[in-house]
Amino acid sequence: MTSPNAESESEKIRRILGGEKELFHELIRPCERSIYFLLLSILKNDAEAEDVAQETVIKAYTNLHLFRGEAQFRTWVLSIARNEGLGRLRKLGNRREDSLDAETDEATGDYTPAILTSWREIPSEALEQKELGELIRAAVGRLPEIYRNIVILRDIEEMDIRETAAALGISEGAVKVRLHRARAMLQKELAPQMKAFAPKRKGLFGGRA
Amino acid sequence: MRIDCKHVWEHISSYIEGDVDPVLRAEIDEHLETCEICSAVLDSTRNVVVLVADDRVFELPAGFSERLHARIDEELERSGG
Repeated sequence: MTSPNAESESEKIRRILGGEKELFHELIRPCERSIYFLLLSILKNDAEAEDVAQETVIKAYTNLHLFRGEAQFRTWVLSIARNEGLGRLRKLGNRREDSLDAETDEATGDYTPAILTSWREIPSEALEQKELGELIRAAVGRLPEIYRNIVILRDIEEMDIRETAAALGISEGAVKVRLHRARAMLQKELAPQMKAFAPKRKGLFGGRA
Repeated sequence: MRIDCKHVWEHISSYIEGDVDPVLRAEIDEHLETCEICSAVLDSTRNVVVLVADDRVFELPAGFSERLHARIDEELERSGG
């Protein structure tokens, strides 16, 4: 997919390299969220994620002349972020347990969904209750990293399958498999707990059903 | 051909993505018409995907952007910009 901004993006990069350095602020702005949340997924620590996000952005700036324009700029920056994040993990010398459990796409886990016979949709207004947001963040946080990275880029940052694959250096097929498993794991964990946030129906005599 | 629940679950994510071929989509749709469990699994999965994507769930830390751009300014100055 060619981003509608692809042309202005490459034009911006050309101008930055030509000396209009201030334009780099504009270039990076649409990528900030994705960079931070991918790094948070890898590092699982707010302060480390922010620090490495800054390193990533500076590295993208100093290496901008190396950007070939074959991918979208965001994809390129995210692959830098991923490398920097993994580098930081190694430096910290404490690769987290879930990185060590060698989850692979061949893993045969249990990806059966939570079986529900009735389901009432949780409207997004329910997110006004901060417990629901916490529940969702915790569930995403508990996913093994290879699945969490996909959810962050595809479902949270709404990147397409191709861009997600390019940013993570994996095949589109692997993105689809992991996305499927990640969503199944999230549904299994969250759906039963989310019932509590369903809008209450009025029962007889104005009581709660 | 009739497909079973397990088969439907295997394709739930692609179904939500709109990434299943028309034949399979028709089979899944037919199954969903009569299977309450799969309908609930599909609806709840879709609902989870929508809620996870809501901007209020994952927010940047306060001041993140300001600090990032201040750091960029430092770098621009350093590099003679």
